[in-house]
Amino acid sequence: MSPAIRRFLPPQPSLRFVPIWRRNFLVWRKLTIPSILGNLADPLLYMLGFGYGLGALVPEMNGMSYIAFIAAGTVCSSTMNSATFESMYSSFSRMHVQRTWDAILNTPIDLDDVVIAEVVWSASKATLSGVAVLVVATALGLAQSWLALWIAPLALLAGLTFASLGLIMTALSPSYDFFMYYFTLVITPMMLMSGVFFPLEQLPAALQTVANVLPLTHAVAIARPLMNDAVPRDLIAHLAVLVAYGLVGFHIALAMTRRRLLK
Amino acid sequence: MLRANYPLEARGLRKSYAGKVVVDGVDLALAPGECYGLLGPNGAGKTTTLRLCLGLTAPDAGEIRLLGADVITEPRRARARVGVVPQADNLDPDFTVEENLLVYGRYFGIAAREMRARIPMLLEFAGLSARSQARINTLSGGMKRRLTLARALVNDPDLIFLDEPTTGLDPQARHLIWGRLKQLLAERKTIFLTTHFMDEAERLCDRLSVLDHGRIVATGAPRELIAGHIEPQVVEVYGEGVFEWAEQHARALAERCERSGETVFCYTRDASRLVHDLEGRRELRYLHRHANLEDVFLKLTGRELRD
Repeated sequence: MSPAIRRFLPPQPSLRFVPIWRRNFLVWRKLTIPSILGNLADPLLYMLGFGYGLGALVPEMNGMSYIAFIAAGTVCSSTMNSATFESMYSSFSRMHVQRTWDAILNTPIDLDDVVIAEVVWSASKATLSGVAVLVVATALGLAQSWLALWIAPLALLAGLTFASLGLIMTALSPSYDFFMYYFTLVITPMMLMSGVFFPLEQLPAALQTVANVLPLTHAVAIARPLMNDAVPRDLIAHLAVLVAYGLVGFHIALAMTRRRLLK
Repeated sequence: MLRANYPLEARGLRKSYAGKVVVDGVDLALAPGECYGLLGPNGAGKTTTLRLCLGLTAPDAGEIRLLGADVITEPRRARARVGVVPQADNLDPDFTVEENLLVYGRYFGIAAREMRARIPMLLEFAGLSARSQARINTLSGGMKRRLTLARALVNDPDLIFLDEPTTGLDPQARHLIWGRLKQLLAERKTIFLTTHFMDEAERLCDRLSVLDHGRIVATGAPRELIAGHIEPQVVEVYGEGVFEWAEQHARALAERCERSGETVFCYTRDASRLVHDLEGRRELRYLHRHANLEDVFLKLTGRELRD
């Protein structure tokens, strides 16, 4: 089998990623408070700023207050940003700058385990981000249903998906600067087009079509009804899109990382 | 068929990157308890050979057995009984000295309790007992190296790989590392090191190979290599008009002369006539010494610069 094909073989699942996850957790634990505040500050500024500021001008949207509307979107965008940031900047530090992966690979652990650990770890942080925004939104009376608890597993799934996509960039990146392209060309447009700040129907038809293939759109489409005490319509289809992006993204990230490091 | 009682044996290793051959048919065999050194100029293929032996990259051809496991099919089992001191420092900067060892032990599946019991011994070995709670960025280069060595011992390995273990260290720190490696050899550990310091190789290695352009060009005990490849005496000559002198006189007085920079190296079995000639020349300065490993190395790999 040629090396180019062998790169795309699936990993052998195991629990060997756990010690690596615990290593990242131990680093995070040393910086818990600033890290959580950092996770919360940005999304809350958007949520409260737009929610109360614009909300005064926009009386109601899809049958809910504007701030409730934007809260559901912010939970998802915060999850996406956290997973993306961790799987790019932080993973790149561990892979390329600190050479932490090299040290780990000299032990009975494979690169596949390292990649799985990075995805799961980034998703863990993303879940925390999403849940932290949800807790604040709940405290402000913006989520009034037990159904909102389903947002935690949704954030985990979205976290796994966006972390996998971010790791593709990490595997291709020569330096930190490279990540700006991904933020500017992918993450920011996605945040503006996925129904976080305004309903998709406001977009021109062509852009709506684009929006419907973006993974964030589907996360928002699940989260918003859940926060508003409704079971999402087309739930399976939305989940399927997120899972598909995650699986395909993960395999590409794994193949690209193997190409970069197993030379 | 590779011999099972050898901690490491490799046959016919080949590896190329983008059409450029980096490792070109390397055979290796390390006996239990020996210190084996791989010498070579920059880019000779030392680090790639090491990565192949550890199963971190697949060879284009060849077979490797590491501590009873086939590295190509079972790389993780092979690495379980191995310790590695990499060339670049990759300790965890966010952790203390002790946490670095604890976390590294987990990668081998060593429980926290067992690791905590081992850590005082490892820290003592590294001379870092007083620094167990120190952050990595407060350690000196020598301390970091010793901690990296201690980290390579968390799983009590049978075979330790060291990639240029003393590059960038001051002489005191180097001697300390050498002392620790001697101690490990006394405990019957097997050591595989790469280096481009000849004194390091001469001092530590029972046997060594010179690698150049991906091929092993000589193997043997340091003294054997010197005796087998080079005249026993060397006179280094430099000063005004040294090249003219070499042309006119030295060629008749020494078996072999080589020019490197501003110096002429004269190799000979008996240097007395050469030294006598030089004593009468005030413009030339010279150094008369025994041949050493560096002379062998330069003879085998050439004097041109490798970048």
